[in-house]
Amino acid sequence: MLPSLLAAASGFTRPALDWHAFAPEVILVVTLVVALAVDLVAGEHNKGLVASVSGIGLLAAMIPLVTLALDDSSRVMFGGAYVVDDFALVLKGLFLVAGYLTILLSTNAIAEGDYHEGEYYLMLISSILGMTIMASSRDLISIFIALEMLSIPAYLLASWRKRSKTGIEGGMKYYLMGVFATAVMLYGMSLIYGGTGSTILTEVGASLGGSFGHTPVAALGIVFTLVGFGFKVSAVPFHNWAPDTYEGAPTPVTAFLSVASKSAGFVAILQLVFIGFGGQSDIIRPLMFILATLTMTVGNVIALRQTNIVRLFAYSSVAQAGFILAPLSVISAGNAGSREQVLSSVVLYLLVYTVVNLGAFAVIITVSRRTQSGEITSWGGLFTYAPALAVCMGVFLFSLGGIPPAAGWFAKVLLFKAVLSAGTTGAYAMGVIMAVNSVISLAYYLGLMRTMFMDDVPDGDVTPVKTPVPLFAAVGLTVVATMVLGIVPGLAADLAKGATFAFLPGR
Amino acid sequence: MLLNQFLLLAAALFCIGVYGVISRRNGVLVLMSIELILNSVNINLVAFSAMTGAVTGQVFALFVIAVAAAEVGIGLAIVLAIFRNYRSVDLDDVDLMKG
Repeated sequence: MLPSLLAAASGFTRPALDWHAFAPEVILVVTLVVALAVDLVAGEHNKGLVASVSGIGLLAAMIPLVTLALDDSSRVMFGGAYVVDDFALVLKGLFLVAGYLTILLSTNAIAEGDYHEGEYYLMLISSILGMTIMASSRDLISIFIALEMLSIPAYLLASWRKRSKTGIEGGMKYYLMGVFATAVMLYGMSLIYGGTGSTILTEVGASLGGSFGHTPVAALGIVFTLVGFGFKVSAVPFHNWAPDTYEGAPTPVTAFLSVASKSAGFVAILQLVFIGFGGQSDIIRPLMFILATLTMTVGNVIALRQTNIVRLFAYSSVAQAGFILAPLSVISAGNAGSREQVLSSVVLYLLVYTVVNLGAFAVIITVSRRTQSGEITSWGGLFTYAPALAVCMGVFLFSLGGIPPAAGWFAKVLLFKAVLSAGTTGAYAMGVIMAVNSVISLAYYLGLMRTMFMDDVPDGDVTPVKTPVPLFAAVGLTVVATMVLGIVPGLAADLAKGATFAFLPGR
Repeated sequence: MLLNQFLLLAAALFCIGVYGVISRRNGVLVLMSIELILNSVNINLVAFSAMTGAVTGQVFALFVIAVAAAEVGIGLAIVLAIFRNYRSVDLDDVDLMKG
């Protein structure tokens, strides 16, 4: 049997594998296996070992990223389906850092009270593995596989508190919306494949430049495909799941979903918009204009009347997604300079937003360990009994609102610059909408500041907040990074500017 | 080649699936409607693949089938957990959080 099969398959040659380019993913897979084995042998009160192994694995996976960056050549595999270029390296770094910070946020919260501690880290690592694959995918099939690889564990993480009604409700909403969006996205991809005859993004882009690109079917395919990722980044009107899921899931998972999962959606959108649908900017511009405007405005306005801190941050993250989508509403196929600006400003904003939002969630987790409440009123007078935490939270809120010297201001300035430099009427309209929304967002960011610094402590209890070591490390790392990036903005800006796509042909 | 008929069938299945997801309140039926959409995708992919003679579409369809199985596995697990908590799989009941 075997020899005949081998004889029949004699025409098959193994595609060249570049193990160096694969090294971060391979390390993550090995970590996954080792963590599984450790989970198997570790005793019930020893599950913290799994967290340590996972954290070390994530840090180890960053080493090949550095060696690949020093090597300074883009690597193409599988006929252009899998590309390791500067864009992929920067975004993989972002996902690994976000994953490591999430583990720091999780260790205490998951060990105390929630169940299935060992499995939690396995799910987390496999979701991060999907994200690192997403950063390199330049092919409709591998984008789909990466999306599922990061989503399926995320569905499980979101419904982790399966024995509480709200916990499973959040997971259910996330799952149903996610699967529905994926199905619609696949239908769009099948239309694009049918019209272009290829799944490789560079070839899709070339075919869409021909006669097929002007047919309604192509427009339908592009819109459906992008809408599928609109769900992932919680763009309005596909945001309904976000507040409920964020409230129902364990808070570290919320932090992970609002940052890493969202960034992965943006990575896919950037790849599709810049490589696959690069020539179809007359379809993408109005779509992104509508999505960005709705997302910013609805997110900000609903955030104004939230009383629960996690829901406040859920709507804040919806609004931030609108800001990140905004520059995509001005891209044009002919203007290469503007396209570069759009790409680097979006990547920079993703980098800054990841650090800042994870930091804010680290403070939320630390404080809610003591107050045992998600209500904003319970944050009253935080400054009197936990001045350091209150100041850190202030830095993160300033950064999210775009006030110097915290990192967010520079990222926001670059977003405005990328939008306005396009110079069209739509661009100026978008600039005005962004400016108005920045002001609205300040209202609730500064409202939370006022509660922390001015209000009285609600129950008069001023015992200091205990900060466990992992949470202390997470808050410390993110607050230092936020200040450094705000005062020396060149550091991250250069990184983002270097994160360009390698438009290498396949084969 | 009867490509149009296949595409029309797929489009019809897609529309039925989307209608089912939006109108059905039973969790299991919503999952089945999503399966309909995924199968319309498979018909599309295989039809296009047969038209051009390239195997990429068939490979894509295989991936879709495999991943859909994993997704539905998780979906049924979540529906089961919903039933344990709420004693019902009616999605209208599963709506505690608002605002």
